[in-house]
Amino acid sequence: MSDTSMRPAPEVHAETHLDAAEVERLIEPSRQSPGKRAVNTVLRSREFSILLVLLLVIAAATIKTPSFLFSNNGWRDLLLTPAILLLLAVGQAVVIITRNVDLSVGSVLALTAYLTGKLFIDLPGIPIIAVVAIGMLAGGFLGLLNGLLVSLGRVPSLVITLGTLYIFRGVMLSWAGSDRVNAGDMPPGFLDLGTMSILSIPVLFIVAVVVLGIVGYYLYAHRGGREMYAIGSDPDAAVLYGLRVRRRVLSAFILSGALAGLAGVVHAARYGTVSSGAGSGIELEAVAAVVIGGVAIFGGSGTVWGAALGAILLVTIDRALPILGIPDFWQRAVVGTLIIGAIVLDRVLAARQERKLIEARDEA
Amino acid sequence: MKFHSKRTTAFAALVLSGAMALTGCGGDAEGGGDNGGSEDVSITMLPKNLGNPYFDTSTAGAKAAAEEIGATLEEVGPQEATADAQVQYINTAAQQGVSALIVSANDPTAICDALNQARDAGTKVVTFDSDTEPDCRDLFVNQATAEGIAKVQVDLIAEQIGDSGEIAILSASANATNQNAWIEMMKQDLEANHPDIELVDVVYGDDDDQTSFDKTAALLQSHPNLKGIVSPTTVGIAAAARYLSDSEFKGKVALTGLGTPNQMREYVKNGTVEAFALWNPEDLGYLATYAANALATGEIEGNPGDTFEAGKLGEYTVEDDNSVLLGEPFVFNAENIDDFDF
Repeated sequence: MSDTSMRPAPEVHAETHLDAAEVERLIEPSRQSPGKRAVNTVLRSREFSILLVLLLVIAAATIKTPSFLFSNNGWRDLLLTPAILLLLAVGQAVVIITRNVDLSVGSVLALTAYLTGKLFIDLPGIPIIAVVAIGMLAGGFLGLLNGLLVSLGRVPSLVITLGTLYIFRGVMLSWAGSDRVNAGDMPPGFLDLGTMSILSIPVLFIVAVVVLGIVGYYLYAHRGGREMYAIGSDPDAAVLYGLRVRRRVLSAFILSGALAGLAGVVHAARYGTVSSGAGSGIELEAVAAVVIGGVAIFGGSGTVWGAALGAILLVTIDRALPILGIPDFWQRAVVGTLIIGAIVLDRVLAARQERKLIEARDEA
Repeated sequence: MKFHSKRTTAFAALVLSGAMALTGCGGDAEGGGDNGGSEDVSITMLPKNLGNPYFDTSTAGAKAAAEEIGATLEEVGPQEATADAQVQYINTAAQQGVSALIVSANDPTAICDALNQARDAGTKVVTFDSDTEPDCRDLFVNQATAEGIAKVQVDLIAEQIGDSGEIAILSASANATNQNAWIEMMKQDLEANHPDIELVDVVYGDDDDQTSFDKTAALLQSHPNLKGIVSPTTVGIAAAARYLSDSEFKGKVALTGLGTPNQMREYVKNGTVEAFALWNPEDLGYLATYAANALATGEIEGNPGDTFEAGKLGEYTVEDDNSVLLGEPFVFNAENIDDFDF
């Protein structure tokens, strides 16, 4: 945990006594059988509780309106609607794990979505894969700008990306002005991607899940990924230890930008129209998804799996609340409650875990 | 350490030069404004938001009229259709001392103080498309009467669903003046003349593509028996059409409302939408600019009975509520949509 210095003095807890198995789980998990460990890890993970909430929401909406899950459209929308936020949340999670934040993703999304439309208008017949590549490159370049300013300028990323949020949006406004890209401007093959399914799984969802899998594996198993956690836990210690902090932070921002770029292309395919206001406000949704997904806002802990589930939960709640008869106006309040609830839960669980660890140490 | 501070300086210089480049651009735009205008009539056009094709077209009409008159016209506006975002543009226009301000209000009362301050400073205020309270503007240029607009949409949806079944409305923001007035009249019309049509829900897409799109999906989910959707906003109807066009509801759930031909062409041609209505926003912007000019030059006071010439549109008379009416709404369908390009 990031703030061990604030730990209260160990208290005496006469009321609870941990049994031997519990002590073993806490202080020597490797003594347990691998199967048991895996089950414990999954059941006690933050991701599992989000998944439970998500399933509850889906179940409630489906009981009220069976077509929420069981119609072709309901099933498709369930997977398709979160795809954009999912991509953004994965990028955002990586940045937040390094104890930074990227608020410019909404503006990057707008720029690349409009770029996508412009490419189809100005270069008729351009292959879709090239447009996707250009969109990601453009997003990655904007992410590079963010990363350079943060790592070389040594200014907090909150300030830098708040600035680039406005700058990029300003560029978008002067570029697009009051112009917009209409569905008729983009080739039907590209627009079909927005809704096409393979084995009843929407293509855009598959894309998002593949990205999630690659990034998740990198963070979990690759040296670079582990270093990102180390940097987020204690940036100064990471420098002293000789980790290449700047380089890692830079690559986190490039990744976040590139994924926002991909999300921009996806946005164009899905909504079929792009105006200068596209994606405004979505950066906060991405941060919210990451926080709900159990990534500590001060970095160093959490997973992209959690962030992805947070994104799906956020979008699904938005879709389920009207079906459950909760008025438009209350839906934002519900999301806010969820964010605060997630943070409070984090603190409570962290405090409990700490207390138990101390007890276990004393008993062992 | 020395190296370090150098880098910081370089960084600061970069930021500063960037900021100067940006202000430089702003200066240019203002400089251009002073040159034209033989009668020194300067008009600021403030739509609900930029990036909205409807207002692009009205601004095009306004610019054409300004050219005919010889006035200068500048379009400014917020990115998002909110009232507080409009206030700063109104204040700026007042400080610049423009002769007239043409505005489409995001809220009937929230921008009133700012408008009245501008009027105290000598700026004439003309509202178009979406009105404010009558005491905060000199003249309202009405695209069509609320009755006319409500009626054409109810007639269209009734015809398309066979005059019976559930319908829903996808509106703009919950406090949009004109949408709310139309919705109220549609409800009355439905009750009086179409007893078999039931209005089951009104949802708000905030004139945002994504929100309107998602609200359409939610509507179709929560009302499985829905037979039709009416969207009295151009952004809403296009987003709803996009959702319907590749869903299982295409051709089963009717969609009509107010849209622009360029945005709807694709969906009319592929059979998602049968017919929709609108006036010509270009004529609206054109008329508003002539009205603003007539006020600014003192040709009219904006009182009932005042008459003025509006170029190719002919003569207009100010009506009792200090408004000018453009004309009847127009219905677009597969046969005539290719005659229009806006």
